[in-house]
Amino acid sequence: MRKTLSILSVLVLFSLLLAACGGAQPAAPGETVTVKETVVVTVIAPAAPAVVAPAGYGVTLETVKTRGNLICGVNAQVPGFGYVAADGSFSGFDVDYCRALAAAIFGDPSKVEFRPVTAAERFTALQSGEIDILSRNTTWSLVRDTELGTNFVHTTFYDGQGMMVPTDSGITDLAGLEGGTVCVQTGTTTELNLADVMAANGISYTPAVFEDADKTFAAYAEGRCDAVTTDKSGLVSRRTVLADPAAHVILDVTMSKEPLGPAVRHGDDQWFDIAQWTVFAMFSGEEFGITSANVDDIKSSATAPEVKRLLGVEGDLGLKLGLTNDWAYNILKLVGNYAEVYNRNLGPDTPTYIPRGYNSLYVDGGLLYAPPFR
Amino acid sequence: MQNQTQQKNSIPLWRDERVLNILGQAAFAAALILLALIIYQNMKAGLAKQGITISLDFLKGLSGFDISEFSFPYDRNSSYWQAYLVGLVNTLNVSILGVLFSTILGIILGVARLSTNFIINRLAAFYLELVRNLSLLVFLVFWYLGVFLKMPRVKDALLWPGDIILTNRGVGIPWGLPTASFPTFRLILLAGLLLALIVFFSLRAHGKRTGRPPLSLLWSLLAFLLIGAAGWLILPEAPLTLDLPFVKGLNLSGGKILSPEFMALTSGLVLYTSAFIGEVVRAGIQSVSKGQVEASRALGLNAFQTLRLIVFPQALRVIIPPLTSQYLNLIKNSSLAIAVGYPDVFYVSNTIQNQTGRAVEMISMVMATYLLFSLITSALMNWYNQRIKLVER
Repeated sequence: MRKTLSILSVLVLFSLLLAACGGAQPAAPGETVTVKETVVVTVIAPAAPAVVAPAGYGVTLETVKTRGNLICGVNAQVPGFGYVAADGSFSGFDVDYCRALAAAIFGDPSKVEFRPVTAAERFTALQSGEIDILSRNTTWSLVRDTELGTNFVHTTFYDGQGMMVPTDSGITDLAGLEGGTVCVQTGTTTELNLADVMAANGISYTPAVFEDADKTFAAYAEGRCDAVTTDKSGLVSRRTVLADPAAHVILDVTMSKEPLGPAVRHGDDQWFDIAQWTVFAMFSGEEFGITSANVDDIKSSATAPEVKRLLGVEGDLGLKLGLTNDWAYNILKLVGNYAEVYNRNLGPDTPTYIPRGYNSLYVDGGLLYAPPFR
Repeated sequence: MQNQTQQKNSIPLWRDERVLNILGQAAFAAALILLALIIYQNMKAGLAKQGITISLDFLKGLSGFDISEFSFPYDRNSSYWQAYLVGLVNTLNVSILGVLFSTILGIILGVARLSTNFIINRLAAFYLELVRNLSLLVFLVFWYLGVFLKMPRVKDALLWPGDIILTNRGVGIPWGLPTASFPTFRLILLAGLLLALIVFFSLRAHGKRTGRPPLSLLWSLLAFLLIGAAGWLILPEAPLTLDLPFVKGLNLSGGKILSPEFMALTSGLVLYTSAFIGEVVRAGIQSVSKGQVEASRALGLNAFQTLRLIVFPQALRVIIPPLTSQYLNLIKNSSLAIAVGYPDVFYVSNTIQNQTGRAVEMISMVMATYLLFSLITSALMNWYNQRIKLVER
């Protein structure tokens, strides 16, 4: 009798549990309902004068603010772009972008947690919400923009794929690699471009594919491959950490277009806007000659309306982004404009010097062009 | 009395322990299934938010990347599915070779560990203790970066007797190149195999009848070799010509080129697993009581016969179950190939996952693949274990 009772009570517990689970179950379809709402809203939105926020809108900013810091997925292995020094500090062009974003949100560039991700795991990390933004020399492509569930904000660095060989190999062009082996990193557009270009030129080769940049270049340094391929910026930067940089030459071929920039998840347009206009604020800072050194002077003495709007003296552009009005001021004051960030990481005084080239303002013949701040 | 039985028969359903047990289990199973469904729904909803749906259709798409090692034709125009198969076959290659060589080496190590020769005994013990206490990942990276990539470059290739070329681009070994008569030769070999089986079983039956078991395995092997050699000589041209490796331009050519990645992975896995198998074999042999050996010597069997007919069959019963788990370990450990850049199934699936963003599908496929491999292996080993276990009368 007692036994039966105890079994019965276990059963009751189970059914309670089931009921609890059953109660929880509508929560999952509940989420789908909100997605359905999104569809309805987007249809209505053009007609309605006030902007109605779709589901997911503002979620990321809210999460970041509540958490108190920004989690940024970066590279830890490419000097000049994203590199972790012996003392554990991060530096580089992509890393400084994260700092600029943190400055825009918190007014404090140190409120970033850098999370090194490999090429292969970066999109999963972004999709799953492990990182808030991906700033890791990532190439913008159609598949990534759609199927991978990411949105690329404006390109911050225009690059092209190159090929590096040992100087004493005597190889001067791609044809010289016939029958050779090429080291390449997995999970990159580089891997696909290599297959494309070699097939297009009818060159037979063997790939030696590695999981991360360190292994790829270690194998190349040991002579496992006749050449190593990645973005030209990556080659320049990795050459500086090879045993004898002078013994390696980057071939004068560009195998692809590689527009590199930060990426965010699908579904939160406010977050996308913040990420996007942080880039533009840095472009505009350079265009208007605002640097971290003179931003205070300009803020107090500026007469040009666009500069005043950018720095938050006039209008409320920052509030429209869901930030404070001095967001751009904070970026320029605490991190600097595009030229400052570029020169700090990739300028002539650094070991990873890369000429500006396409990455100059449109007024200097480059491709950097920010929409108006109004 | 009768009253009591009637009472027993009329226990209501909700108090019948058997019914309650079944109900309890059913409720538990239902809860489990519900939980899984909720998790799945949650994942689907989360992915749908980002406009991603779960489907395997992407496997038909063009892969667009090259793979360094493949056992059947593959290039960038092949599908993702074919790329996955390439990885699958590579994993099988490494696993089968690994199991084979680690068993041979393991048995030698296990026997050496019990040797009465002090030097052999100590050397084996030293090796077992050293290797068993290393991390496999560290061990593999050591073999790759520390050994195979440190081999001489192609232009100063090291030549070993037997036309073996050692370079850091790979190890070239002589290999047979099939000629026109190779298909016929394959048929002859098949016939040889059949004959060997017949010889094996008839000899064993004979041994059982007379109580004097001959070396049936040896005789059947001889029969097979005899047929093979006869076929080789009879055919108008030799079915295989010797293909020697040589240095051609930037790389090795001819023969069979084993890449440093393959060599590092296979040798690392073999050396590592054989240490564990060595201990299993030693324990198995030691589990046979001393009296068995003494009794067999007293009956007049020599040392070899004692080992083959008395000790080993009894030791096997102890050896097989832990040996099975070592085989399973080896197969699963082969996924560490990614650390040395060998394109096994996990490695290739990672690439596919990254190019397509299909993390859920690819991880599920890889898990199913390893599960299948492991289940097949343990099924085979369990069948063998069933066969050799003590027959109780």
